[in-house]
Amino acid sequence: MEELNALFHGFSVVLTPYNLMLMFVGITLGVIIGVLPGLGGANGVAILLPLTFTMSPTSAIIMLSCIYWGALFGGAITSILFNIPGEPWSVATTFDGYPMAQQGRAGEALTAAFTSSFVGALVAVLMFTFLAPLVAKFALQFGPPEFFSVYLLTFCSFVGTGKGNPFKIVAAMMLGFAMAAVGIDIITGQLRLTFGMTELLSGFHFLVAVIGLFGIGEILLSMEEGLSFSGHSAKINPKIVLDTWKELPRYWATSIRSCIIGCWMGIIPGGATPASFMSYGVARKVSANGAKFGTGQIEGVVAPETAAHAAGTSALLPMITLGIPGSPTAAVLLGGLLIWGLQPGPLLFVEQKDFVWGLIASMYLGNIAGLIVVLTMVPLFAAILRVPFPIIAPVIVVICAIGAFTVKNNMLDVWLMIVFGVVGYVFKKLDYPLAPMVLALVLGDSAESSFRQSMLISQGDLSVFFSNWLVGVITGLALFALFWPLLSAVLGRFRPPRPGAAT
Amino acid sequence: MSQKHDSTNAGVRVVTVDLAVAALIFMMGALVAWDSHRLGASWGSDGPESGYFPFYIGAITCICGAAVFVQALLRMGADRSVFVTPGQLKQVLVILLPSTAYVLGVQLIGIYVSSAVFIALFMRGAGRYTWFRSAAVGLGVSISSFVMFEIWFKIPLPKGPLENLIGY
Repeated sequence: MEELNALFHGFSVVLTPYNLMLMFVGITLGVIIGVLPGLGGANGVAILLPLTFTMSPTSAIIMLSCIYWGALFGGAITSILFNIPGEPWSVATTFDGYPMAQQGRAGEALTAAFTSSFVGALVAVLMFTFLAPLVAKFALQFGPPEFFSVYLLTFCSFVGTGKGNPFKIVAAMMLGFAMAAVGIDIITGQLRLTFGMTELLSGFHFLVAVIGLFGIGEILLSMEEGLSFSGHSAKINPKIVLDTWKELPRYWATSIRSCIIGCWMGIIPGGATPASFMSYGVARKVSANGAKFGTGQIEGVVAPETAAHAAGTSALLPMITLGIPGSPTAAVLLGGLLIWGLQPGPLLFVEQKDFVWGLIASMYLGNIAGLIVVLTMVPLFAAILRVPFPIIAPVIVVICAIGAFTVKNNMLDVWLMIVFGVVGYVFKKLDYPLAPMVLALVLGDSAESSFRQSMLISQGDLSVFFSNWLVGVITGLALFALFWPLLSAVLGRFRPPRPGAAT
Repeated sequence: MSQKHDSTNAGVRVVTVDLAVAALIFMMGALVAWDSHRLGASWGSDGPESGYFPFYIGAITCICGAAVFVQALLRMGADRSVFVTPGQLKQVLVILLPSTAYVLGVQLIGIYVSSAVFIALFMRGAGRYTWFRSAAVGLGVSISSFVMFEIWFKIPLPKGPLENLIGY
């Protein structure tokens, strides 16, 4: 049980008063970020990333990952009390959570949501603890062609699992790659796509893009809807919590199913949002009182929350072991690792044991801390949500501007943030997905260099991506995912349409 | 073209914006491919040249842009959904224009003064708060971020004449 020893070592790294304090600060900030419109997990971590540059990497990742857990918890509060999903993955939580709040059972719904979030995360962390070292060990044999094929699989799965127009998904992705290519080419030293502008020498920083696309873009969208919050008040007292906890074990089957869906969907990119919908859908089909879903069933809260949190946690697995994030927030964390001088990937498990196991230990403790914080402080967070939008909106713009500036101490980035904001707004309304764009911007350079190295090995022969069974299988899967929309359309032609079947 | 239908359906149609964005994406792709071609997108003496990878990125961008454009053209007649109504657009501009002015302010007179003015004016203008409350929130956010960044974390943000006056 090598992992257990390493894990206990990790706990000893994490359990210092300073790190524990960071953990609670991170969770609280994270919930606030998750509750406020325009400040999602990815964006919040992006803004706070520069603040952690002075900390040690282990402390920094503890705080940032706790912000991430907090944001995952926070999304549930807005969904249940205000019927406004704070995060995309809590949309499915509104289906039954908000009706429960309308019936005056907000406390019950919140307790169920937080507890099942916690369960989902815990299962995912357990899986992480034992699976991650294996994946890392396995990935140590990877060469450039294998890495490129994994990148390819990552990006193609967006097409395969995405619901939208495949051309729009690929277009958004390619724009991300193009932005990543701007600036000095590391291998030849030539300037690419700068068109003589010296400001573009260092390229587009993905943090600026994240802050603009998600932060400013979200503010513009919320303004358009002319937000008027009308929330239900939440009272959580120990009695409600205990009563709900007594009831929850009845839904063990739903829990287990949702954990499996969440863990699986988190590892393949696509992440928490489809996981929560899929889990809700499956629960509705399988459950005995599935017909009552949507009217305020606890089970309808348990299913999406468990899956979303499990997926959010397991999205970190490919990020740490392969250097390939499964979600935009994981991508931002990966960018943080690079800035702290840590190269994510299989070697991390060999060279930075303290860091990796500290992170894993903080996943356990962070989720426990998160459960305590959210259960005790719900009224406070709900009060933050009642702050009227005309106050929140300019404050968030100011926070985003500060965040964009501190990335490189560059004024141009603040202008770019506004531009990205408009792009984010238009893209969201036209169903261009933002996640693949951000991921492509983060991974562009690594994907390109692994591609070029592979090409060097094979002297320009593309068949290197099928040269052995491992790389061949991964590339094959990637191509399958890429052409899945086409395949399913063709299959759909041949099959008689079922009445009432959604496409 | 879309203006004809404006009498029945106010606002800009989704299809129109879709066409415009697809055309823009196509142009961006063409630009990327063209610049990569200029740098050399083939096989050099020592391996792939600088433009090798981005050239294909640009080419695929063009294909996708063209595909979305054609798809939008095909549903030109059928899809009447509205991208943004004049009322919604006004709401968006209510925050977008002041934010842009704010960024200009950050560049000219520093972030702290601009933030206070921006928050106070926005609360007053869009939220109809009293001058006192608007100014209090604006100053509060500004001063607390000053303390946090300049004093606590020692991260310098853009400053102007006022900060110079008090020795920062």
